[in-house]
Amino acid sequence: MTASVATVRAKRRAKNIFSSPIASAVAWIIAVVWTIPTFGLLVSSIRPEKEINSSGWWTFFANPNVSFENYQKVLFEGTTTNPPLFQFFFNSLAVTLPAVIFPITLAVFAAYALAWFDFKGRDTLFFGIFALQVVPLQLALVPLLQLFAKGLQIGDFTIIPDFGITGTYIPIWIAHTIFALPLAIFLLHNFISQIPRELIEAARVDGAGPFTLFSKIVLPLSVPAIASFLIFQFLWVWNDLLVGLTFGAGSKEVAPMTVRIAEMVGTRGSGWEVLTAGAFVSMAVPLIVFFALQRYFVRGLLAGSVKG
Amino acid sequence: MMQFAIFAERKTPWDIIGENFTLLASALLAFAAVIVLLFLVAGRTNVKAQEWLKYLVFLVPALLLLLIGLIYPTIRTIILSFMDAKSENFVGFDNYVWAFTIPEIVVVLRNTAVWVFLVPFLSTAIGLSIAYMTDRMKRPTVIKSLIFMPMAISFVGAGVIWRFVYNFEPNENRADIGLLSAIVKFFGGTPPNWLLESPGNTYLLIAVMVWIQTGFAMVVLSAAMKNVPDEIVEAAMLDGATPIKRFFRVTIPMIRATLVVVLTTIIIGTLKVFDIVRTMTGGNFQTNVIANEMYSQAFRQMNYGTGSALAIILFVAIIPVIAYNVRQLRLERTER
Repeated sequence: MTASVATVRAKRRAKNIFSSPIASAVAWIIAVVWTIPTFGLLVSSIRPEKEINSSGWWTFFANPNVSFENYQKVLFEGTTTNPPLFQFFFNSLAVTLPAVIFPITLAVFAAYALAWFDFKGRDTLFFGIFALQVVPLQLALVPLLQLFAKGLQIGDFTIIPDFGITGTYIPIWIAHTIFALPLAIFLLHNFISQIPRELIEAARVDGAGPFTLFSKIVLPLSVPAIASFLIFQFLWVWNDLLVGLTFGAGSKEVAPMTVRIAEMVGTRGSGWEVLTAGAFVSMAVPLIVFFALQRYFVRGLLAGSVKG
Repeated sequence: MMQFAIFAERKTPWDIIGENFTLLASALLAFAAVIVLLFLVAGRTNVKAQEWLKYLVFLVPALLLLLIGLIYPTIRTIILSFMDAKSENFVGFDNYVWAFTIPEIVVVLRNTAVWVFLVPFLSTAIGLSIAYMTDRMKRPTVIKSLIFMPMAISFVGAGVIWRFVYNFEPNENRADIGLLSAIVKFFGGTPPNWLLESPGNTYLLIAVMVWIQTGFAMVVLSAAMKNVPDEIVEAAMLDGATPIKRFFRVTIPMIRATLVVVLTTIIIGTLKVFDIVRTMTGGNFQTNVIANEMYSQAFRQMNYGTGSALAIILFVAIIPVIAYNVRQLRLERTER
C-alpha cells in the first residue's frame, strides 16, 4: 500500500521534471495547425453563399453572418438525375450496417475456429489468412466485378450462377465483407486465443460442445475486441470511396455519400457553398462516433500494431 | 424492363430509401435467422456430428469468401495482366512493357515512389515528435484528439477540406478564399496556382496524406512509449542525458518494433492511395499515382489488360512489406 503510494508519487515527480513548457507549446501549435483546415471548412459551411465565394472564411469573425441555407440546399434540393444528399446519407447507412455486421460475425467464427479447434495445418492457415492482407483492393476489383455480373463458368460448367444482383447493395456488402476478413480474423484471433485454457477446458469437462462453448464463453468474453473492431470497420466502410464507386455500378440509388461528394467536386469545383456543407454532412457521423468512442477506437488500433 | 425504367424515373428519394431499407432489413434478418438456426440445429446434434459440423459453421464460410473474393481474383488478375484490353488474346509482357516505357505511366510510377517514401517518413517523424513531446504532459488529451481527428475523416472529405485551403483566385482584384494563398500574400509573395503546377502539386497532395496519417503514428507510438519503464528513463536522466539524447538513445531503441509496424502500415496505406488524388486533381497535372491510374485504365479506358498489370505492380510492391511483417509475427510467436 505505502509502496504503491510512493511509486505513484515518484512517477508524478518524474512527470513534472520531464514536462517542458517549450515542448507543450510546440505540441499545441501543431495541434492548432492540424485543426485549422477542418475548422475553416466548418466556418465556411455556415456562411451565406455570396460571402463564401467572395471573402476568406477568417473574415467571418470580423463580420459574423450565420446561415444554414447551404445545408438546406445540399441536403434537400435535387433532381431525379442528381438526388438530394439526404438520400445518399441513407444509402451510406444501408451500405454500412451489413458491411460491418457480416464481416465481424464471420471473423469471430473463424478466429474462434483458428484459436481453439485442433486440426492439422492450423497455424499455416492462420498465417496464410494474415498474409492475404497483401492483396490490395485494386487487385480484386475486375475479377470480382465480373463474378457479380456474370457468375463463374469453367467451360460449360457453372460454378457460381449469375444472381442478377448488380446495381443493388449486395455486391457492395459482399465486397466489404471479403476485404475486411483478413485483418478482422487476425485481430480477433489475437484476442480470442488469449482466453485462459482452463476456462475452455472446464466448460468442455462440463459437457459443452463447440457451439455452446462459443455462445456461452467465447462470445461474451470477446465483446471488447468486437467493439473495437466494430468502430474500426464502421469508419472504414462509411469513409470508403473505391468499393462504393466500383461495386455500386454507378447507380445513384445505392451510391454512398462519399461517391456523391467526389462527384460534386468533379462537376462543380467552384460551388463552395454546397461542397463545404456537403462535406460536413458526410463527416458528421464518423466525427461523432470518433469523439464518443475514441478510447475503443484507439484500443482497436493498438491491438493491431503495438507489440510487447 | 422498359416499363420499369419509366416507373423508376418517378420514384421520389423517399421511395428509394424505403426500398433500400426493406432490402437492408431483410438482409440483416435473413443473416441473423440463418445463424440462429444453425446454432439451434447444430447444438442439438450428437457429439460426433458436432465435431465436423463445427468446421462447417465456423471456418468454412470465411474460407470460402476468402477463396472466391481474394485468392481467385488474384490468380485471375495475374492472367488478365498478360492479355489484351478485352481479355481475349494473350499479349505476353506487353502490358508491363507499356507500364515502364510510356512517359505518362513512368510519371505515375515515379509519383507513387515519392509518395511511398515521403508519407511514411514524414507522418512517423511528426507523430513520433508529438508523442514524445506530450509523453510527460499532464493533460495531452485535447492535443492528441485534435491531431488524431483527421483519421475519422474520409479521404474524400479531406480532399474537399484541402482543396479549399489550396484554392487559387486567378482574378487579382478579388479577395482570396484559399488560406494558403492569403498567407503567401500576407507575407508579400505571389501565390502560384497551387494544384496545377507540377511538381509542387504532388507535394501538396502528399501533405494531405501526412495530415491524416500523423495521428495514427502518434497514437500508436505514444502507447509504445508508455511501455518504456520509468526506471530506464530516470537512469538516463541521472546520467545527465539531455531530452534530445534521451530521445535517440533510449526512447527510439525501446520502441523500435512498434516504429517498424507503424512505418509498414503507412507504406501499405500510401501505396493504395486513390481517393485523395481523385478528388483533388483527378490525377491530372502530373499528380497521378498507380492506384488511381489503375482505376482509370480498367474502368474509364475499359482496358483490363493494362489495369490488371498496374494492379499486379502494386501487389508486387506490397509483398516485401507484408512478408517482413509475417516474419516478425512468426518470430514473436516462437519467442512466446
